[in-house]
Amino acid sequence: MLKDITLGQYFPGSSVIHRLDPRTKILLVLCYIVLTFLIENFIGYLLLAAFTVGCILVSKVPPKFVLKGLKPILVFVVITGLFNLFLTRGDVVFSWWIFSITRQGIYFAAFMVLRLVFLMVGTSLLTLTTSPIALTDGMERLLRPLRKVGVPAHELAMMMSIALRFIPILMEETDKIMKAQSARGADFESGNILRRAKAMVPILVPLFISAFRRADELATAMECRCYRGGENRTRFKELLYGKKDLGAGISFLALVALVFAANFLFGKVI
Amino acid sequence: METVIKIENLRFSYPSEETGEEVPVLRGITMEVKRGEFLAVLGHNGSGKSTLAKHLNAILTPTEGRVLVEGMDTADENLLYEIRQKVGMVFQNPDNQMVANIVEEDVAFAPENLGVPPAEIRQRVDEALSAVNMVAFRDHAPHMLSGGQKQRIAIAGVLAMRPDILVLDEPTAMLDPAGRKEILATIRELKEKHGMTVVLITHYMDEAVLADRVIVVDRGVIAMEGTPDTVFPKVEELKRLGLDTPQATELVYLLNRSGAGLPADILNPRDCIRALTERLTKENK
Repeated sequence: MLKDITLGQYFPGSSVIHRLDPRTKILLVLCYIVLTFLIENFIGYLLLAAFTVGCILVSKVPPKFVLKGLKPILVFVVITGLFNLFLTRGDVVFSWWIFSITRQGIYFAAFMVLRLVFLMVGTSLLTLTTSPIALTDGMERLLRPLRKVGVPAHELAMMMSIALRFIPILMEETDKIMKAQSARGADFESGNILRRAKAMVPILVPLFISAFRRADELATAMECRCYRGGENRTRFKELLYGKKDLGAGISFLALVALVFAANFLFGKVI
Repeated sequence: METVIKIENLRFSYPSEETGEEVPVLRGITMEVKRGEFLAVLGHNGSGKSTLAKHLNAILTPTEGRVLVEGMDTADENLLYEIRQKVGMVFQNPDNQMVANIVEEDVAFAPENLGVPPAEIRQRVDEALSAVNMVAFRDHAPHMLSGGQKQRIAIAGVLAMRPDILVLDEPTAMLDPAGRKEILATIRELKEKHGMTVVLITHYMDEAVLADRVIVVDRGVIAMEGTPDTVFPKVEELKRLGLDTPQATELVYLLNRSGAGLPADILNPRDCIRALTERLTKENK
């Protein structure tokens, strides 16, 4: 039951977007997020939508998967939309009982919803097309210059990759412990939340003990393999920017140019 | 033959957590490991054999006495990584030795730590994987492999440091019989084809039989030492130390007790069958 859980939400593939350098993808997604907040009218969002749909098509990730990323923030999007719709002051266009909707409210609500949706779709596309390992690798490289100001880039990346490595192992172990406890009459399914939470204690205690023992052994094994932190460490697979990355950068710059042109030509909506 | 590891009167103790008194684990061990030999260290649980292993690559340092690895004293902190690079160490649980999510990245971990240039890392990884016959699995995730395969990757992970000595601390204890066979075959191949010096810590007699030399550790001292065919026939002494004997040796021992008159230095089933057949044909004549 616990075995078929997938790590992150990586959707393996070999499209150009999958093969981009993770650093490129991370940087572009960051710029993309900023861009969603700089757009001032609907033409701009139309351009952004065209670009995003284009990326999804090129990545060959089924749109269903991308949209799944929206599910957890759906409630948040609806609430933000409603608040903006009803609580913005301005020129009233519709009024009933204590509710009134203003023209500004409609625009604000639409903008907020669009921003959140694009933000989520953009980041989902990043995690769908980049394996967790590549992602941590990319982050380590990007944070490397910040080491001088005390950001432990290597340590963070190492912790992330070890965590990823041990997730399936600890999952399997949890499964085993649960089975062992059920075999001796433990009941994890019935009762209210409090009772069920209490029933988890006999699982968590052995799991934690085992995790600490594993950590201890892993640390010794790493020492035996001459691990001494990030200093003077080389990398097996060096990340290299290629033509693809240049292409991706240029297409994104084209989008930025178009969005600013739209801002300039069509002006602010509100 | 050249000595690669020299241990002189090694004593090790640690303060007890409850009383604070020193608990002696190793109480004066003097031994040598020769280049290219396959040495088995036997002992029951708590005999100090794992503690002894951890002294071979400076994970632990002696309370008293010295450990010299190719002339380098393990107590010298400046030589720490040089010593660890020379002595590769493999532990019991393969899962708890792997760092990366992809086989070849894991094998590359040690050379990365040593600051080897990327092109050479590639070469070392290929070399190490082919030495354990796991090249076909280089792109796999470790949790998709069998126990024996994982342990072979763990061995490849230390081979990538190009060590002179391979120390294996009960590498088969968590494996099924098939995995155990795989690991033993790998160890023998490394010794024979690649001239690796192997120190195998174990409590399986059937593994120790394959070694060139056996050392039996009991309560922190060396209790017996010699080639397998001189150590294992001493069945009673081994039993007193809480150890088994190989099944064939035990059978011969029991038969001899009732006066069968077989040669006592029989270690494997094949020799046992031969000796029995000889004995029976002689009787028929």
